Amino acid sequence: MRIPLRPLARILDARQKGENPDLIERENLAQRHEVIRDKGQPRASARLGLLALVFGCAYMTIGVRMGHLAASEPVEPVASAPGAEIVAQRADITDRNGRILATNMTTSALYAHPRDMVDPKGSARKLAAIFPDLKADDLERRFTDGRRFLWVRKILSPEQMQAVHEIGDPGLLFGPREMRLYPNGTLAAHVLGGYSFGAEGVHSAEVIGTAGIEKAMDARLRDPAQAGKPLELSLDLTVQATVEEVLSAGITMLNARGGAAIVMDVRTGEIIALASAPTFDPNDRPVPLVGKDDEPSDSPLFNRAVQGVYELGSAFKIFAAAQAMELGLVTPDTMVNANAPMSWGKHKIKEFQGKNYGPMLSVRGVIEKSSNVGTANIALMIGPQRQQAFLKSLGFFDPTPVELIEAPGAKPLIPRRWPEIVTITTSYGHGMSASPMHLAAAYASIANGGIYVKPTLIKQTGPASGVRVMSEKVAKDSVAMLRSVVTHGTASLAEVKGYEVAGKTGTADKPKKSGGYYKDKVINTFASTFPASNPRYVVIVTLDEPSDNSGPKPLRTAGWTSVPVAAEMIRRIAPLLDVRPLVDPITGTALTAAAN
Amino acid sequence: MRPVLYVFTFLAVIALGFWAYRENYATQEVLREVRSLQREIAGLREGLSVQKAEWAWLNRPERLRELVSLNFERVPLLPMDPGQFGATAGVAYPPPAVPAIDAPEGLAAGLGAGLAGQIGAVQAVIASSEEGL
Repeated sequence: MRIPLRPLARILDARQKGENPDLIERENLAQRHEVIRDKGQPRASARLGLLALVFGCAYMTIGVRMGHLAASEPVEPVASAPGAEIVAQRADITDRNGRILATNMTTSALYAHPRDMVDPKGSARKLAAIFPDLKADDLERRFTDGRRFLWVRKILSPEQMQAVHEIGDPGLLFGPREMRLYPNGTLAAHVLGGYSFGAEGVHSAEVIGTAGIEKAMDARLRDPAQAGKPLELSLDLTVQATVEEVLSAGITMLNARGGAAIVMDVRTGEIIALASAPTFDPNDRPVPLVGKDDEPSDSPLFNRAVQGVYELGSAFKIFAAAQAMELGLVTPDTMVNANAPMSWGKHKIKEFQGKNYGPMLSVRGVIEKSSNVGTANIALMIGPQRQQAFLKSLGFFDPTPVELIEAPGAKPLIPRRWPEIVTITTSYGHGMSASPMHLAAAYASIANGGIYVKPTLIKQTGPASGVRVMSEKVAKDSVAMLRSVVTHGTASLAEVKGYEVAGKTGTADKPKKSGGYYKDKVINTFASTFPASNPRYVVIVTLDEPSDNSGPKPLRTAGWTSVPVAAEMIRRIAPLLDVRPLVDPITGTALTAAAN
Repeated sequence: MRPVLYVFTFLAVIALGFWAYRENYATQEVLREVRSLQREIAGLREGLSVQKAEWAWLNRPERLRELVSLNFERVPLLPMDPGQFGATAGVAYPPPAVPAIDAPEGLAAGLGAGLAGQIGAVQAVIASSEEGL
């Protein structure tokens, strides 16, 4: 029942008593508000409760879902369309034309649960019969010593897997494995490197690169986002095979211990072929030598082209000549003092076999005849600081930036102090050591019109942009000088008809471990570029301890060893590289018919 | 009116339930199919990668070189040589076609069957050499 705010009876009563009737109204109003509040309170608390319940449910759902996601095995989404992602766990490696150099293959690993085995002794015997490298006694001991799990083999061929199936023991189990396969065998082994298994589980194993580009580009090859995209190298399979064939034939014929060859595109810095002999099969990588007295270079794993740091000999002379021309000190026809022998302090600088090309010789003649004294005098004009700066700009002071894991470790050996005698010896390639790859980059910089090119093993899309190290004219004159080494000088055997080979020989005595140099052990290098009129490729051939024993006296100079090998290499690879030879017009078959 | 509404709602719930039931099973069926298709695709992809590896293995330069030397008598292949390049100006035109020899009848009759036979033989040789070309 609603009570009026100003009940007439009470108002009149109050007025009679002289009280304020407004108080009655306020009292009633307060009462009425209390009633309203009492009525609204349960409704509001019910609403709050409902809200709390809804939020509670929502949080619970999210919590349960999170817990479920965290605790359950990850599953691929079934309903989405499959992309190329889950093709392989490691990307393929191909050559520049898409021919496969490394790919993956699915195979199986064999493991055992010895507690589930019916006949451990018999199975051990049968397994040993399938895998000759496993010993039956050894396997039996491991099957019976109470362990629950053991790996038997990491990789099985399908035939071996079938044979193990036929044993029929329930304790022998297979796990899927993805293995790396190098279908070309030993081809480009030093570039590819090798692989091994990382973390291994029953259902899968990690494939990781252990050397070469497999290790250097491991992150890229394992990147799931790029697994479907092969890594394209700059190598050309055909050229690489030819270079390896010629190099190994040369090594056999010249009784060398080993050798290296590099073919590089001078415009892009792409390495078209990189070979080092002796070589190995990356599918079955040999164990590295770990003995104390073992030379790392004795192992076939040693990459002579990148890791082999040698005194490269006279192949360095062109750098002194080029720098002197760049500084405006000489021109190709300037006469310099080449009177041998030259005395410098207590040192005596001699020519090959005690010859004397002097007293004066033009700069071109110094390079053609490979005069140590002439180069020494040119280097003295340049001075130590400028010489160091120039060699540094050609990349001789840092490891090569090639994408191989071995490259950063192969630091050139630079003399700590640089007195004038070091300036002299460095000018003709003694006293400082660098790898054939350094030489390739430096020669490519000359052949590329004086712009430094960074060697790379990854396919490039356009010409590389680099720092200019010498003017275009000096680069051109230097190549012309190198060309005259072939036409008139020490590398006459390098002449390949139509290809205008230009290059410089280098013969360096091998340093002894105990100090001093061997008399009969040399490193021979031929650094060349072709065609001289418009250089496209640089070819470096280095042979370790070659000796041509076909004549009465063994010949050990580069002109008789590395040069013919390089010439044969260029003769074989130039047509493959689409380099058009300069052909003489064929006489006698001139055209007469005007129409047909 | 209300009971009718109730009945309709009830029927609608049953119908929706039936529809959801069927959709559920249809979805599961499709997912099963997708899964088997994906398994098939994975199998085919694996097969493809094996084929690619095998192709690379069979075409490795070392093997091709051996094949060439084995079959040298039948297919004499040699490494490419700079001497095989030439300028287009050095290429000779094909020899002009030999005009057909039609022996006049009177001549054939006059010279006798022997000469006609010879001409026929020459024509046959030309024809066969043209076929050979």
